[in-house]
Amino acid sequence: MTGTGETLLSVRGVETYYGKIVALRGVDVDVHRGEIVTMIGANGAGKSTLMMTICGNPQARTGQIVYDGQDITAMPTHEIMHLGIAQSPEGRRIFPRMTVMENLQMGAALVDPKHFENDLKKVFELFPRLKERIGQRGGTLSGGEQQMLAIGRALMSRPKLLLLDEPSLGLAPLIVKQIFDAIRELNKNEGLTVFLVEQNAFHALRLAHRGYVMVNGNITMSGTGAELLKREEVRAAYLEGGRH
Amino acid sequence: MDAMAKKKTSEAAGAHRWENDPVLSVEHLTMRFGGLVAVGDLSFEVGRGDITALIGPNGAGKTTVFNCVTGFYKPTEGRIIMRHGLGRQDDTVSAVTDSGLRFRKDGDKGVFLLERMPDHEISHKARVARTFQNIRLFGGMTALENLLVAQHNPLVVASGFSFGGILGLPGYKKAEEAAIEKAVYWLEKTRLVDRADDPASDLPYGAQRRLEIARAMCTGPELLCLDEPAAGLNPRESSELNELLKYIRDEHGISVLLIEHDMGVVMEISDHIVVLDYGVKIADGTAEAVRTDPRVIAAYLGVDEEEEIDIPEVREDLSAVAKDEPPEDKTPAAGKANATGKRAAPAKAKPAAKPKARAAKPAASASEVKVAGADKHPGKQPPGTKKPAPGGANNLTRIKGVGPASEKKLNALGIWNFSQVATWKKAEVEWVGSYLAFPGRIEREEWVKQAKVLAKGGDTEFSKRVDSGEVATSRPGRGAARTGGKGGKA
Repeated sequence: MTGTGETLLSVRGVETYYGKIVALRGVDVDVHRGEIVTMIGANGAGKSTLMMTICGNPQARTGQIVYDGQDITAMPTHEIMHLGIAQSPEGRRIFPRMTVMENLQMGAALVDPKHFENDLKKVFELFPRLKERIGQRGGTLSGGEQQMLAIGRALMSRPKLLLLDEPSLGLAPLIVKQIFDAIRELNKNEGLTVFLVEQNAFHALRLAHRGYVMVNGNITMSGTGAELLKREEVRAAYLEGGRH
Repeated sequence: MDAMAKKKTSEAAGAHRWENDPVLSVEHLTMRFGGLVAVGDLSFEVGRGDITALIGPNGAGKTTVFNCVTGFYKPTEGRIIMRHGLGRQDDTVSAVTDSGLRFRKDGDKGVFLLERMPDHEISHKARVARTFQNIRLFGGMTALENLLVAQHNPLVVASGFSFGGILGLPGYKKAEEAAIEKAVYWLEKTRLVDRADDPASDLPYGAQRRLEIARAMCTGPELLCLDEPAAGLNPRESSELNELLKYIRDEHGISVLLIEHDMGVVMEISDHIVVLDYGVKIADGTAEAVRTDPRVIAAYLGVDEEEEIDIPEVREDLSAVAKDEPPEDKTPAAGKANATGKRAAPAKAKPAAKPKARAAKPAASASEVKVAGADKHPGKQPPGTKKPAPGGANNLTRIKGVGPASEKKLNALGIWNFSQVATWKKAEVEWVGSYLAFPGRIEREEWVKQAKVLAKGGDTEFSKRVDSGEVATSRPGRGAARTGGKGGKA
């Protein structure tokens, strides 16, 4: 609906299981090139599972995931990463024994080295704190700093599609604002496509062009961010009780 | 309630509870890692029966303070006093400090110097419990088992150090039943009863957070330390957390010390807030005192979106709009002529609808178009006209930020033309932002500025992209929306 309107990621009828437990019950999601799309929903709805399924771990049992014209449903994770998808996972899975610099280098492992200096500068502009901590081991960073590092590392891979799983988790209000501003800028200036899972529904829906609401592994609603913000049922379920 | 009465008396004395009756005192705490000073000479107190929040930017040293209090780190310098029983007990504190002992317990009273105690004693004897920022449950155990492990100490004693348990003596059986009862009580309070037999690692994130709190409560703490309990919770779940924490404070009389970034939680439930930045305390006081402290705003909170209107560019923009208007329009109560030259309907004073402050807005009815609940939104409804200006309505989706849905809504308000949007001032922008349910966006996307350009027949970057068909949510061309015509769907 935004950007070129060309579909970058298309998820069709995807069902994912953990053993016998069904986590996704036939999910359809589209992300168009140049769009920011968000998925909101309560804890345990299956949002993170969807994000992980896109990355091929766990793989979808039925349904199809097409990225940039290629069927990636059964592709192994490392090959999917080669296609320009980067994920900043929930719970900030950085490399704890590597330094901040080494973590960022890992993020850039698949990228032409000529971009490195410039990309590094951009990440440090976004998170000056990482620059202060450049030689420190990832595991010794504070929780919020690890979150910054996880996002920074994802950006270093110059993704075409950035998957962010709860980027605001554990971050100070001021930093959350900066991150959301940064996502908006990256989207606007560089056409970065973003798929965002957030608990912070108010911020996420205001940022996103479109949003989906997930309940128990099903998509129950979709629409523009503004439309969803206005929906009574969305407000009742995800927005009431404060907006921070 | 006793606690409330106590609070009142202490307030009457002009002092706060954390000064009169601190359960925990952190004095001149310093923690160095090599050359890095994570916490520098920090002192603060936690009132008995208070919810105290420790807030501050990422990397400020909050979790380090927790790790010192709970014995995960041995502080480089400083004293950390935990007290059971009322009052400051200053004499006992100095006596214990001088004696070189770790703690002194005397019936219900007790003084514990946490910096001298190993972590298991801090949990078991000083009765300080904690949760972790990165959840640390026993993933392979069920929710119930996690809560039973938390009661390991009393159970071991009751089992006569295993033998009674093996033989199945009645004393142990009783203790085991009591432990299960306590576990079930906290599973109920944290709404996890139906997940009691599921492995902890299978629970969704928010449930794991609640299970951590339940586990901490099962150790029977005097002080509960929570490291980001609301992280990963949506606003609804956060407000449930608020209720749980208030319940723990009010019904169990437990003091709570929490680290949290969710200001919906912090500001609503905290009796006392301590703010750190770079390991140093920058503010300490009640929620009201802290939230307005300029140092806290600068270092931590940032400026609220709604206040962004105060940033210079926007203010300039708005004052420029004001200048374009004929001077008589400056009087807010006057029946306004809008920019299309049409006479607005005479201001029908609303029959003092609600006694609320907002009802007292005289200009709310300066529009030809009446909207139900117009006075529910802050600011002022912009003057709308029943029909577009001569020449027809403009394509409002050429304004960046206006999609077909918003355009329809604007039309319903009697807003048809760029020239109308161009006259909006702060009050109208605020009202429309609230009406369309995206406060702040009109300012951010500068609708007014765009509309001024478009009204003169000019083009913005965005409208050029619209006209070349690049923006799927907008309709190319200058014409109005065709009723039922093709919307924005790609």
